[in-house]
Amino acid sequence: MAQKTVEIKVGRAPEMGVDGRPSMSPIAPFDIAEPDIGTEHMLINIGPQHPATHGVLRLVCELDGETVMKVMPDIGYLHSSFEKLGEYRTWNQIVTLTDRMDYLAPLIYNCAYVMSVEKLMGIEVTERCKVVRVILMEMDRIFGHLLWLGTTAIDVGAFTPFLYSFQERERIYKLHETLTGARITTSATRVGGMMADLPEGWTDQLKDFLDTFPKTLAEVHHLLTGNLIHIGRTQGIGAISAADAINYGFTGPNLRAAGVSHDVRKDRPYYDYETYDFEVPIGEHGDCYDRYLCRMEEMTQSVSILRQALARLPGGPINVADPNISLPSKTDAMSDMESMIHHFKLITEGIPAPEGDCYMGIEASKGELGMYVVAEEGSTKPVRWRVRPPSFVNLSVIPKLAEGHLVSDLIMINASLDIVLGEIDR
Amino acid sequence: MTAKKKSGLDAVDDGPQASDATEVGQGGSSGDPNAHVSVKGLIEKFPDAVVRHCVNAGDQHVVWVDPTRSMEILTWLKDDASQLYDMMTDVTAIDYGGGRPVNVVYQMFSTTHKHSLRVRCELPLDVMEIASVANLWKCADWLEREVYDLFGVNFVGHPDLRRILMPQDYAEGHPLRKDFPLRGRFSRAEQTRRALNQEVDRFYVPDLLEHAGEPQEVPEVGAHATDVGGNT
Repeated sequence: MAQKTVEIKVGRAPEMGVDGRPSMSPIAPFDIAEPDIGTEHMLINIGPQHPATHGVLRLVCELDGETVMKVMPDIGYLHSSFEKLGEYRTWNQIVTLTDRMDYLAPLIYNCAYVMSVEKLMGIEVTERCKVVRVILMEMDRIFGHLLWLGTTAIDVGAFTPFLYSFQERERIYKLHETLTGARITTSATRVGGMMADLPEGWTDQLKDFLDTFPKTLAEVHHLLTGNLIHIGRTQGIGAISAADAINYGFTGPNLRAAGVSHDVRKDRPYYDYETYDFEVPIGEHGDCYDRYLCRMEEMTQSVSILRQALARLPGGPINVADPNISLPSKTDAMSDMESMIHHFKLITEGIPAPEGDCYMGIEASKGELGMYVVAEEGSTKPVRWRVRPPSFVNLSVIPKLAEGHLVSDLIMINASLDIVLGEIDR
Repeated sequence: MTAKKKSGLDAVDDGPQASDATEVGQGGSSGDPNAHVSVKGLIEKFPDAVVRHCVNAGDQHVVWVDPTRSMEILTWLKDDASQLYDMMTDVTAIDYGGGRPVNVVYQMFSTTHKHSLRVRCELPLDVMEIASVANLWKCADWLEREVYDLFGVNFVGHPDLRRILMPQDYAEGHPLRKDFPLRGRFSRAEQTRRALNQEVDRFYVPDLLEHAGEPQEVPEVGAHATDVGGNT
């Protein structure tokens, strides 16, 4: 059988750190396959149930020895037809479907969905609501990145960062629970506002988290960033050029690691992100190591945004005052005739939308999350509700990234993309 | 709608009801086409291919173009120096039901000019095909497969147009079409029967097996071994 020649990218030259230790190690070039040992290519199947696929993902690999010649991802095992179900639900009922997509950062999805519906209907939320949503989204960006950090480290054999990051995640779970009553299925937002305002003491709980979390992050930095094993497993692995990264549809930290300065929070700011002081980390080589560094720095930046948002958190109502959009308080609904009618109409009929469509793209933890809603005149349910899934498009690049690498590198590349199958399959 | 609306589980199997609207208009307010550089450019460059334009949700420009010329128009949007839409954010479709045309939607962003644009093409139900852009933007590969899978739109020139979310041998049609009932076309009994009768081999797409080459010959140990193994 004819041997397929694949170019192997060799890692960077080692550099000496200030402490005299090498901070980067070269990846030794290796020959693809001995030409005189003629063996057949082998087809192996990773998943759908395997810890290293980070969900019910199946990867069909064609191998030459240990070298990956071709990868065919097979998805759809978790397909739940959320978009079809959405067509049978009123605008507010869909919120509960959104957090089941990315269960690793549910609040970002809750917020993105209602932002899109509000933009379609022309609803301007209150100042307090804007800042609260920024807080929730940045908190869940850390939440999502922490899971990626722990599971990716464990894929290359580092167990300790997993424990550290899951300890920190547990604290955000508690914040979720205090705010919404649920740890994962938060469903915290409503069209025109939030399910409830922040409970008393919640911001102090978050401040406690922000005070100690950077210390944990620094410890993980210490464990991984200069770690020769980690560097050897990530540098030069799964590299992609900037032009290819755009063309293949990368968004989020994966795109920025390739050296493209594109962040929806900077390019199409929403919720006054232009007034927050934060940096967007940009990589250089587009490999697994740069993706790692970008996400680590993004967590630091999110801590900074959270501090600024907490400092500017204004008082006032969290929901819009329009009784055709927000539910009245329970006391009003039970004692005031007008409020009771509004309550009844909102629950039984829903909020009528104008005719048209609206695409709202936001920067989720995994990339650009787009919520596209289409409505007909006066409809209280969407004609079409489409989620532009960042992980779906990011995963489609894996055949290009993994070709020519070893099977063990395929695991690292898959981990470095930070995918979540709930949102890929929807 | 004159017929009495069914409620509860009775309505579930009927799929979403067609609205009373008979007009095709799906736009919001008609905005000024000169406000967006790409809309202005499209109308100047392809005056006979731009069907209509509107501004939705405040500031989102939507352009409907002739589906038979979509390739030419999208290539121009990607390559022309004044446009440079290098990021194909999303490819999706909308089925309004009631026999109205299916809309294929392209959501684009230019990282150079920081412009967003939405291009829509109306496909009549009897001509459900449009040129594939998977060779222009690689990310459109999977996005178009999903639209094919869920809506049945045929993307001409796509390198690998297969189902992606539903199983390869899914026989009930295209789930996001409005005429597809929420519970599927087959009865629960039929769905269960099919699930129980499925063969393991179907999980491997035949062309995947071809990539692996011919299966290796297993040396025969003796007549007894073949009798027991039973190569079926």
